[in-house]
Amino acid sequence: MPEAIPSTEAYLMLSGTLFAVGLIGVIIRRNMITVLMAIELMMNAVNINLVAFSHRFASLEGQVFTIFVITVAAGEAAVGLAIIIQLYRLKSSINVDEASELNG
Amino acid sequence: MNAAFLVFFVVGTIAVASSILVVAMRNPVHSALFLLLTFLCVAILFVVKDAEFVAAVQVLVYAGGIMVLFLFVVMLINVRHLPDDRTLSRFWKGGVGVGLAIFLLLATVVRTGTYHDQNPNKKLLRSTASHRVRKVTNPDGSVTRKRVVRHRTVGNSEAVGMALYQDYLVPFEVASLFLLVAMIGAIVIGKRELSAPEEETSPDFILKRMETEKDVKEAMSA
Repeated sequence: MPEAIPSTEAYLMLSGTLFAVGLIGVIIRRNMITVLMAIELMMNAVNINLVAFSHRFASLEGQVFTIFVITVAAGEAAVGLAIIIQLYRLKSSINVDEASELNG
Repeated sequence: MNAAFLVFFVVGTIAVASSILVVAMRNPVHSALFLLLTFLCVAILFVVKDAEFVAAVQVLVYAGGIMVLFLFVVMLINVRHLPDDRTLSRFWKGGVGVGLAIFLLLATVVRTGTYHDQNPNKKLLRSTASHRVRKVTNPDGSVTRKRVVRHRTVGNSEAVGMALYQDYLVPFEVASLFLLVAMIGAIVIGKRELSAPEEETSPDFILKRMETEKDVKEAMSA
Protein backbone atom coordinates (compact mmCIF):
# COMPACT_ATOMS: atom_id res chain seq x y z
CA MET A 1 0.00 0.00 0.00
CA PRO A 2 1.64 3.20 -1.07
CA GLU A 3 1.86 5.69 1.70
CA ALA A 4 2.28 8.56 -0.76
CA ILE A 5 -1.32 9.71 -0.65
CA PRO A 6 -2.29 12.03 -2.45
CA SER A 7 -1.17 9.94 -5.37
CA THR A 8 0.38 11.07 -8.63
CA GLU A 9 -2.85 10.10 -10.33
CA ALA A 10 -4.87 12.51 -8.19
CA TYR A 11 -2.48 15.32 -9.05
CA LEU A 12 -2.71 14.53 -12.74
CA MET A 13 -6.51 14.56 -12.61
CA LEU A 14 -6.48 17.94 -10.86
CA SER A 15 -4.03 19.28 -13.40
CA GLY A 16 -6.16 17.99 -16.28
CA THR A 17 -9.23 19.69 -14.80
CA LEU A 18 -7.42 23.03 -14.48
CA PHE A 19 -6.06 22.70 -18.01
CA ALA A 20 -9.52 22.01 -19.45
CA VAL A 21 -11.02 24.96 -17.54
CA GLY A 22 -8.26 27.22 -18.86
CA LEU A 23 -8.80 25.98 -22.41
CA ILE A 24 -12.53 26.65 -22.16
CA GLY A 25 -11.74 30.14 -20.91
CA VAL A 26 -9.36 30.82 -23.82
CA ILE A 27 -11.98 29.77 -26.35
CA ILE A 28 -15.20 31.22 -24.98
CA ARG A 29 -14.22 34.55 -23.43
CA ARG A 30 -14.15 37.74 -25.49
CA ASN A 31 -12.31 39.93 -23.00
CA MET A 32 -8.64 39.70 -23.93
CA ILE A 33 -7.39 40.14 -20.33
CA THR A 34 -9.45 37.16 -19.22
CA VAL A 35 -8.11 35.14 -22.13
CA LEU A 36 -4.56 35.89 -20.94
CA MET A 37 -5.53 34.84 -17.40
CA ALA A 38 -6.88 31.56 -18.75
CA ILE A 39 -3.54 30.95 -20.50
CA GLU A 40 -1.77 31.46 -17.16
CA LEU A 41 -4.17 28.91 -15.67
CA MET A 42 -3.15 26.36 -18.31
CA MET A 43 0.55 26.94 -17.63
CA ASN A 44 -0.09 26.43 -13.93
CA ALA A 45 -1.78 23.10 -14.68
CA VAL A 46 1.36 22.00 -16.52
CA ASN A 47 3.46 23.05 -13.52
CA ILE A 48 1.38 20.79 -11.26
CA ASN A 49 2.17 17.87 -13.58
CA LEU A 50 5.89 18.60 -13.53
CA VAL A 51 6.04 18.85 -9.74
CA ALA A 52 3.98 15.68 -9.27
CA PHE A 53 6.31 13.66 -11.51
CA SER A 54 9.35 15.26 -9.90
CA HIS A 55 8.08 13.87 -6.60
CA ARG A 56 7.24 10.48 -8.08
CA PHE A 57 10.69 9.95 -9.59
CA ALA A 58 12.52 11.73 -6.75
CA SER A 59 14.31 13.90 -9.26
CA LEU A 60 14.85 17.64 -9.29
CA GLU A 61 14.47 18.09 -13.04
CA GLY A 62 10.74 18.65 -12.80
CA GLN A 63 11.15 21.48 -10.32
CA VAL A 64 13.85 23.15 -12.42
CA PHE A 65 11.58 22.98 -15.48
CA THR A 66 8.74 24.43 -13.43
CA ILE A 67 10.90 27.47 -12.74
CA PHE A 68 11.58 27.84 -16.47
CA VAL A 69 7.85 27.61 -17.20
CA ILE A 70 7.19 30.35 -14.63
CA THR A 71 9.85 32.50 -16.35
CA VAL A 72 8.19 32.03 -19.72
CA ALA A 73 4.79 32.81 -18.19
CA ALA A 74 6.12 36.08 -16.78
CA GLY A 75 7.56 37.18 -20.12
CA GLU A 76 4.42 36.15 -21.95
CA ALA A 77 2.24 38.12 -19.54
CA ALA A 78 4.37 41.25 -19.97
CA VAL A 79 4.30 41.15 -23.77
CA GLY A 80 0.64 40.13 -23.90
CA LEU A 81 -0.43 42.98 -21.64
CA ALA A 82 1.60 45.45 -23.72
CA ILE A 83 -0.24 44.21 -26.81
CA ILE A 84 -3.57 44.59 -24.99
CA ILE A 85 -2.79 48.20 -24.05
CA GLN A 86 -1.78 49.03 -27.61
CA LEU A 87 -4.94 47.38 -28.94
CA TYR A 88 -7.00 49.41 -26.51
CA ARG A 89 -5.35 52.63 -27.73
CA LEU A 90 -6.04 51.66 -31.31
CA LYS A 91 -9.60 50.44 -31.00
CA SER A 92 -10.88 51.59 -27.58
CA SER A 93 -11.85 48.00 -26.98
CA ILE A 94 -10.17 44.84 -25.71
CA ASN A 95 -12.58 42.54 -27.42
CA VAL A 96 -10.90 39.60 -29.11
CA ASP A 97 -13.36 39.73 -32.02
CA GLU A 98 -12.41 43.33 -32.81
CA ALA A 99 -8.83 42.44 -33.64
CA SER A 100 -9.42 40.69 -36.93
CA GLU A 101 -7.30 42.67 -39.40
CA LEU A 102 -4.95 39.75 -39.92
CA ASN A 103 -7.92 37.66 -40.93
CA GLY A 104 -7.06 36.21 -44.33
CA MET B 1 -7.06 9.20 5.00
CA ASN B 2 -4.17 11.17 6.36
CA ALA B 3 -3.49 14.86 6.73
CA ALA B 4 -1.80 15.24 3.34
CA PHE B 5 -4.79 13.75 1.58
CA LEU B 6 -7.16 16.02 3.47
CA VAL B 7 -5.09 19.06 2.50
CA PHE B 8 -5.02 17.90 -1.11
CA PHE B 9 -8.77 17.36 -1.19
CA VAL B 10 -9.72 20.71 0.35
CA VAL B 11 -7.14 22.82 -1.47
CA GLY B 12 -7.70 21.04 -4.77
CA THR B 13 -11.44 21.65 -4.55
CA ILE B 14 -10.86 25.34 -3.84
CA ALA B 15 -8.39 25.55 -6.74
CA VAL B 16 -10.80 23.99 -9.24
CA ALA B 17 -13.76 26.08 -8.03
CA SER B 18 -11.83 29.34 -8.19
CA SER B 19 -10.41 28.49 -11.61
CA ILE B 20 -13.97 27.99 -12.89
CA LEU B 21 -14.87 31.36 -11.38
CA VAL B 22 -11.89 32.96 -13.17
CA VAL B 23 -13.45 31.95 -16.45
CA ALA B 24 -17.03 32.68 -15.40
CA MET B 25 -16.69 36.10 -13.76
CA ARG B 26 -17.86 39.07 -15.78
CA ASN B 27 -15.61 41.68 -14.19
CA PRO B 28 -11.88 41.19 -14.95
CA VAL B 29 -10.93 42.41 -11.45
CA HIS B 30 -12.93 39.57 -9.91
CA SER B 31 -11.33 37.16 -12.37
CA ALA B 32 -7.88 38.39 -11.35
CA LEU B 33 -8.62 37.93 -7.65
CA PHE B 34 -9.89 34.39 -8.18
CA LEU B 35 -6.80 33.69 -10.27
CA LEU B 36 -4.75 34.83 -7.28
CA LEU B 37 -6.64 32.35 -5.08
CA THR B 38 -5.93 29.57 -7.59
CA PHE B 39 -2.21 30.38 -7.61
CA LEU B 40 -2.03 30.30 -3.82
CA CYS B 41 -3.84 26.94 -3.71
CA VAL B 42 -1.44 25.52 -6.29
CA ALA B 43 1.47 26.76 -4.17
CA ILE B 44 0.08 24.78 -1.22
CA LEU B 45 -0.16 21.71 -3.45
CA PHE B 46 3.51 22.18 -4.36
CA VAL B 47 4.42 22.20 -0.67
CA VAL B 48 2.55 18.91 -0.21
CA LYS B 49 4.73 17.44 -2.96
CA ASP B 50 7.97 18.57 -1.27
CA ALA B 51 8.69 21.43 -3.69
CA GLU B 52 9.05 24.29 -1.26
CA PHE B 53 11.27 26.46 -3.43
CA VAL B 54 8.94 26.21 -6.41
CA ALA B 55 6.04 27.08 -4.12
CA ALA B 56 7.88 30.19 -2.95
CA VAL B 57 8.65 31.19 -6.53
CA GLN B 58 5.02 30.59 -7.42
CA VAL B 59 3.86 32.95 -4.69
CA LEU B 60 6.48 35.60 -5.41
CA VAL B 61 6.40 35.64 -9.21
CA TYR B 62 2.84 34.63 -9.99
CA ALA B 63 0.89 35.96 -7.04
CA GLY B 64 3.21 38.90 -6.54
CA GLY B 65 4.44 39.99 -9.94
CA ILE B 66 2.13 38.77 -12.66
CA MET B 67 -1.06 39.44 -10.73
CA VAL B 68 0.00 43.03 -9.99
CA LEU B 69 0.71 43.45 -13.70
CA PHE B 70 -2.76 42.14 -14.54
CA LEU B 71 -4.44 44.40 -12.02
CA PHE B 72 -2.47 47.40 -13.33
CA VAL B 73 -3.68 46.78 -16.85
CA VAL B 74 -7.25 46.12 -15.72
CA MET B 75 -7.27 49.45 -13.93
CA LEU B 76 -5.47 51.28 -16.75
CA ILE B 77 -8.17 50.16 -19.13
CA ASN B 78 -11.33 51.45 -17.55
CA VAL B 79 -13.56 48.44 -17.74
CA ARG B 80 -16.74 50.22 -16.76
CA HIS B 81 -16.68 52.23 -19.96
CA LEU B 82 -16.35 49.20 -22.14
CA PRO B 83 -19.47 48.01 -23.87
CA ASP B 84 -20.10 44.62 -22.34
CA ASP B 85 -23.12 43.56 -24.26
CA ARG B 86 -21.91 40.00 -24.50
CA THR B 87 -19.28 38.37 -22.34
CA LEU B 88 -19.07 35.11 -24.20
CA SER B 89 -17.94 34.49 -27.71
CA ARG B 90 -20.63 33.43 -30.14
CA PHE B 91 -19.25 29.92 -30.43
CA TRP B 92 -19.13 29.31 -26.70
CA LYS B 93 -21.00 26.01 -26.99
CA GLY B 94 -18.29 24.65 -29.25
CA GLY B 95 -15.64 25.94 -26.86
CA VAL B 96 -17.18 24.16 -23.88
CA GLY B 97 -17.47 21.03 -26.01
CA VAL B 98 -13.80 21.16 -26.98
CA GLY B 99 -12.80 21.73 -23.35
CA LEU B 100 -14.87 18.80 -22.11
CA ALA B 101 -13.47 16.60 -24.87
CA ILE B 102 -9.90 17.50 -23.88
CA PHE B 103 -10.76 16.81 -20.24
CA LEU B 104 -12.21 13.40 -21.11
CA LEU B 105 -9.13 12.60 -23.19
CA LEU B 106 -6.75 13.59 -20.36
CA ALA B 107 -8.86 11.74 -17.79
CA THR B 108 -8.84 8.58 -19.91
CA VAL B 109 -5.08 8.73 -20.35
CA VAL B 110 -4.52 9.38 -16.65
CA ARG B 111 -6.91 6.68 -15.46
CA THR B 112 -5.47 3.97 -17.70
CA GLY B 113 -1.88 4.68 -16.67
CA THR B 114 -0.05 2.75 -13.96
CA TYR B 115 2.09 4.81 -11.64
CA HIS B 116 3.60 2.37 -9.11
CA ASP B 117 3.42 5.02 -6.45
CA GLN B 118 5.82 4.15 -3.71
CA ASN B 119 7.48 6.08 -1.02
CA PRO B 120 9.98 8.04 -3.07
CA ASN B 121 13.42 8.63 -1.75
CA LYS B 122 12.76 12.13 -0.52
CA LYS B 123 16.42 12.63 0.28
CA LEU B 124 17.14 12.91 -3.43
CA LEU B 125 14.87 15.94 -3.60
CA ARG B 126 16.98 17.71 -1.02
CA SER B 127 20.51 16.68 -1.74
CA THR B 128 23.25 18.06 -3.87
CA ALA B 129 25.86 16.00 -5.61
CA SER B 130 29.34 17.45 -5.51
CA HIS B 131 32.00 15.95 -7.74
CA ARG B 132 35.48 15.91 -6.41
CA VAL B 133 38.70 14.53 -7.76
CA ARG B 134 40.67 12.73 -5.15
CA LYS B 135 44.21 11.48 -5.51
CA VAL B 136 44.54 7.90 -4.44
CA THR B 137 47.92 6.37 -3.77
CA ASN B 138 47.95 2.79 -4.83
CA PRO B 139 49.88 0.17 -2.85
CA ASP B 140 52.59 0.09 -5.54
CA GLY B 141 53.27 3.80 -5.10
CA SER B 142 51.57 5.13 -8.26
CA VAL B 143 49.04 7.91 -7.89
CA THR B 144 45.71 7.72 -9.70
CA ARG B 145 42.95 10.28 -9.82
CA LYS B 146 39.57 9.11 -8.75
CA ARG B 147 36.30 10.97 -9.23
CA VAL B 148 34.20 10.89 -6.11
CA VAL B 149 30.55 11.86 -5.96
CA ARG B 150 29.36 13.01 -2.60
CA HIS B 151 25.69 13.47 -1.80
CA ARG B 152 25.03 16.08 0.80
CA THR B 153 21.63 16.55 2.39
CA VAL B 154 20.57 20.18 2.22
CA GLY B 155 17.33 22.10 1.96
CA ASN B 156 15.14 22.00 -1.10
CA SER B 157 16.10 25.55 -2.12
CA GLU B 158 19.80 24.78 -2.09
CA ALA B 159 19.26 21.55 -4.00
CA VAL B 160 17.22 23.29 -6.71
CA GLY B 161 19.75 26.12 -6.83
CA MET B 162 22.66 23.76 -7.30
CA ALA B 163 20.78 21.89 -10.04
CA LEU B 164 19.93 25.20 -11.70
CA TYR B 165 23.46 26.58 -11.61
CA GLN B 166 25.37 23.38 -12.33
CA ASP B 167 23.37 21.09 -14.58
CA TYR B 168 21.08 23.69 -16.15
CA LEU B 169 23.38 26.69 -16.43
CA VAL B 170 22.94 27.20 -20.18
CA PRO B 171 19.12 27.03 -20.08
CA PHE B 172 19.26 29.43 -17.15
CA GLU B 173 21.27 31.94 -19.20
CA VAL B 174 18.90 31.47 -22.13
CA ALA B 175 16.02 32.24 -19.77
CA SER B 176 17.71 35.48 -18.72
CA LEU B 177 18.16 36.40 -22.38
CA PHE B 178 14.50 35.57 -22.95
CA LEU B 179 13.50 37.92 -20.14
CA LEU B 180 15.63 40.69 -21.67
CA VAL B 181 13.98 40.19 -25.06
CA ALA B 182 10.52 40.13 -23.47
CA MET B 183 11.27 43.35 -21.58
CA ILE B 184 12.48 45.16 -24.72
CA GLY B 185 9.51 43.84 -26.66
CA ALA B 186 7.03 44.97 -24.04
CA ILE B 187 8.58 48.46 -23.95
CA VAL B 188 8.64 48.81 -27.73
CA ILE B 189 5.07 47.55 -28.14
CA GLY B 190 3.65 49.46 -25.22
CA LYS B 191 5.25 52.86 -25.68
CA ARG B 192 3.12 55.76 -26.77
CA GLU B 193 4.03 57.42 -30.04
CA LEU B 194 5.73 60.68 -29.02
CA SER B 195 6.57 61.94 -32.49
CA ALA B 196 4.97 65.15 -33.67
CA PRO B 197 2.13 65.21 -36.17
CA GLU B 198 3.25 64.61 -39.72
CA GLU B 199 2.68 68.14 -41.02
CA GLU B 200 5.02 69.60 -38.42
CA THR B 201 7.92 67.47 -39.64
CA SER B 202 7.56 68.41 -43.30
CA PRO B 203 10.40 70.63 -44.67
CA ASP B 204 8.03 73.37 -45.79
CA PHE B 205 6.61 73.75 -42.30
CA ILE B 206 10.09 73.97 -40.75
CA LEU B 207 11.30 76.52 -43.28
CA LYS B 208 8.23 78.64 -42.72
CA ARG B 209 8.67 78.51 -38.97
CA MET B 210 12.34 79.46 -39.26
CA GLU B 211 11.45 82.47 -41.43
CA THR B 212 8.81 83.64 -39.00
CA GLU B 213 11.31 83.28 -36.16
CA LYS B 214 13.84 85.33 -38.15
CA ASP B 215 11.17 87.98 -38.77
CA VAL B 216 10.32 88.09 -35.10
CA LYS B 217 14.00 88.45 -34.15
CA GLU B 218 14.51 91.30 -36.62
CA ALA B 219 11.43 93.02 -35.35
CA MET B 220 12.69 92.62 -31.79
CA SER B 221 16.20 93.98 -32.54
CA ALA B 222 14.89 96.86 -34.63
